[in-house]
Formats: sequence, structure tokens, C-alpha cells
Amino acid sequence: MLKHRVIPCVLLKDWQLVKSIQFDSFRTIGHPTSTTRIYNSRDVDELIVLDIDASLNNDEINTELITDIADECFMPLTIGGGINSIEEIYKVLKAGADKVSINTKAIHNKEFIRDASNIFGSQCIVCSIDVKKQDNRYKVYSRKDGILDIDPLELALEYEKYGAGEILLTSVDNDGTTNGYDLELLQYIAKKLTIPVIINGGAGLPQHCVDAIQNGADAVAAAYIFHFSQYTPNMIKEELRKNNIAVKYN
Amino acid sequence: MGNLRSVQKAFEKIGCNAIISNDKETIQNATKLVLPGVGAFKDGMKHLQELNLIDILNKKVLEDKTPILGICLGMQLLSNKSYENGETTGLGWIDAEVVKFEFDNTNLKIPHVGWNEVIFQDNNNTLFSHIENHKDFYFVHSYYFKPNEDVIIATTEYGFEFTSAINKDNIFATQFHPEKSQANGLQILKNFWEN
Repeated sequence: MLKHRVIPCVLLKDWQLVKSIQFDSFRTIGHPTSTTRIYNSRDVDELIVLDIDASLNNDEINTELITDIADECFMPLTIGGGINSIEEIYKVLKAGADKVSINTKAIHNKEFIRDASNIFGSQCIVCSIDVKKQDNRYKVYSRKDGILDIDPLELALEYEKYGAGEILLTSVDNDGTTNGYDLELLQYIAKKLTIPVIINGGAGLPQHCVDAIQNGADAVAAAYIFHFSQYTPNMIKEELRKNNIAVKYN
Repeated sequence: MGNLRSVQKAFEKIGCNAIISNDKETIQNATKLVLPGVGAFKDGMKHLQELNLIDILNKKVLEDKTPILGICLGMQLLSNKSYENGETTGLGWIDAEVVKFEFDNTNLKIPHVGWNEVIFQDNNNTLFSHIENHKDFYFVHSYYFKPNEDVIIATTEYGFEFTSAINKDNIFATQFHPEKSQANGLQILKNFWEN
């Protein structure tokens, strides 16, 4: 049986791993390679690292650091942040990533997803959608341009059509709040897609991860809970297992 | 084709010096071969053709009987043909086709991505030494390998039991990624390297 994944999702900023609160006020988690080594030894299911300097400043992604991270990582590694060309995907994969997460570039250019998935395979292409609520409606959010008048479900369906392999769905409002995932957003999107959805933003308790999977998430991503609470990835899995959710155990 | 470095790093971890190469002479001199790959079938075959590597690979594997390990797309490339983005001819070392997962039950998402159990069909296969049956390995694929000959050494359940590892003479392959499957995955690579 396919297991539900528990995935640390951390940000790269100024050569440090950081965690944001509502996409703002960054707190340092630690050094990228030593943190990755700890995740690796704790047998987490997967790791997502998003280079926010690259996405904000139009910089090239920091492949030197990606290489160092990948060297510590004998589990799947997804890298994202400012990826806007096929060449850049080549570079990131060559540095040791297994998948790339694409966000801003694809919002107005879905053909990019089609090109990328044709070349690298759908399994390699994670489409990241950041969502913020405005006037009681869910809207796509861009780190660069703020709230856009785009329905995240429509965007997700288009990404699926163009060959995305997974959707990383992040609630900006819930990010770093530890109040739980946005289950309403999850229900709005996950069940209408045929590709897996990783929900992100808001996990503060193992029960939040149970709630997310029971509401349609294929995998849960989190950061705050792993670094600023007493809960470990294995404690989360234990809670999931108690609720009859299949997880990987070693 | 993506994750070459991951595979190389994993071999380094088990004390094996693996060389990434598309050079015929280097391939000719190899004692073991690994055909990894994340990517699309058509692109994978196109690269092998453009690099003019198919003849040397045929010779090494079919005549010299050099052990080879195909991983993920590398396993699929061993087949006669794949239906990914049209129809593409493969290396044809195993009588098999590569077809897309299709489910009426929409609870099963495609790609099949994540950790899933590997059920041994051949407990004594050297590839599985020191590994317990039913352990989780990391998969990420939308197409699966459908052999027409008796090569299956492991299966995995996703809607139905599909082929997750094969062995025929000197040819070994896994649909999952040993290089990304932590300790048990590294053990698979070690078994391939040491046997």
C-alpha cells in the first residue's frame, strides 16, 4: 500500500534554512547541510527546499548549496525557488535534486510545465501554488506580485492538464501559525485532481496532519512543528498510524 | 537524465567508485553498469541513440554478460517499447511493454509517487540479500513495466500488483529508486555491487 508522506518543507535564505510566518518574519532553523543530515538520519520521507532569495531577487538558484544538501540526502529531494528555464531545471537536477518545484514562472506560462514535463517526465515536476484568502475567496498569491485574481483550483487543474506530477499547496494565511492546515482549501482542491497534493502551511500538532490526510491530502509538508515544537516526524507518523493511515516505518 | 549524481553518491556511500560516463571506452572497461534515469522514455532513448551508445551497451550486456542495474526509467528502457508520449522502441533486452497506469478509481493518483511495499517474488535473489520482505521503497513513475517473460522478482500493489523488480541472467532492474530509499535502498546497491 502506498504510504502517506510526512515532508519537511524549509526555505533557503542567505545560505541558511529559515521558516516563515505567513510568508514573512523569517526565523533561522539552522545550517542547510547539518539540518539535512539530521533529517536523513531521522528517516523523513522526503525533503523540500525552496530558495526564496532566488525567487524574490531573480537570482539564479544556489546550485553550490543544493549540491551540498543533496550530498547528505539519501531520500527524495525537491528543490524550488525562482526556477524559470529548462536549463535551470537541468542544473538543479544535476546538482542532485530529484524533483523541481515550479511556482511563479508557470502562473502566466503554463506551456513551461508542458515543456518541462515532456523533457524530464511528469514525476519530476512539482507545481507549487501559494494561496491567500481575500473577500472570502481563495486566490493565488505570488511572492513577487502579491494576490492575483486567479482561482487556485483552476490553476491546479491547468497544471495537471499540462503535465504536472504533484501539487504543493500552501496556505499563506496559515503558514507558521500552528493552527492547523486550511482544510477548506484542501477540500476545495485535492479531490478534484488526479495528481497527488502535498498540503503545506499551519501544522502545529500531529492531529493536524491526521486531519489533512482525512480531508484529501496525499502528503503533509511542515517546518515549524519539526523545529519549534517537541514533535518529531516519527511522532507524527505514530499519530497517523493510530488513525489507520498508512505510513512508512523503519 | 536527472538524478545521476544521486546514484553516484549512493554508490560512494557504500564504498563503490561509480563513474558517470557516456564514453564508449569507459563503458567497455566497466565491470558493472548502472542505467539510471528520471525522465521521459522518448528522451532517454533519444539520448542513447545520439550518444551512439546502443551498440556498445548491447555488446556489454548481451554478449559479455556484464551485470547491469536499471533504475526507474532505466528499467523501462530495457523493454521492447513504451507508450509514453506515443510509441517508442526500447533496448529490447526484456520482452516487455511499458504502459501507463489507468484507474477508474480516482482515489489512486498518478504518478504513483511515494513509499510503497516491495513484495518479493524471489526471496533468494541476490539483489534482496539482508533485506526484509515487505519493506517500503521510494517510487515515482506514471508508467509501469509489463513483462511477457518470467523475470519478475518483486511486485508492488497499486490498484493491482505491478512489477517492481526484475532479473534475467546478468540484467537486474528496479522500478523504485534504491538511491533514494535510505538504508534498504543502499543495501540493494550493495548487493548488486558485491554479487
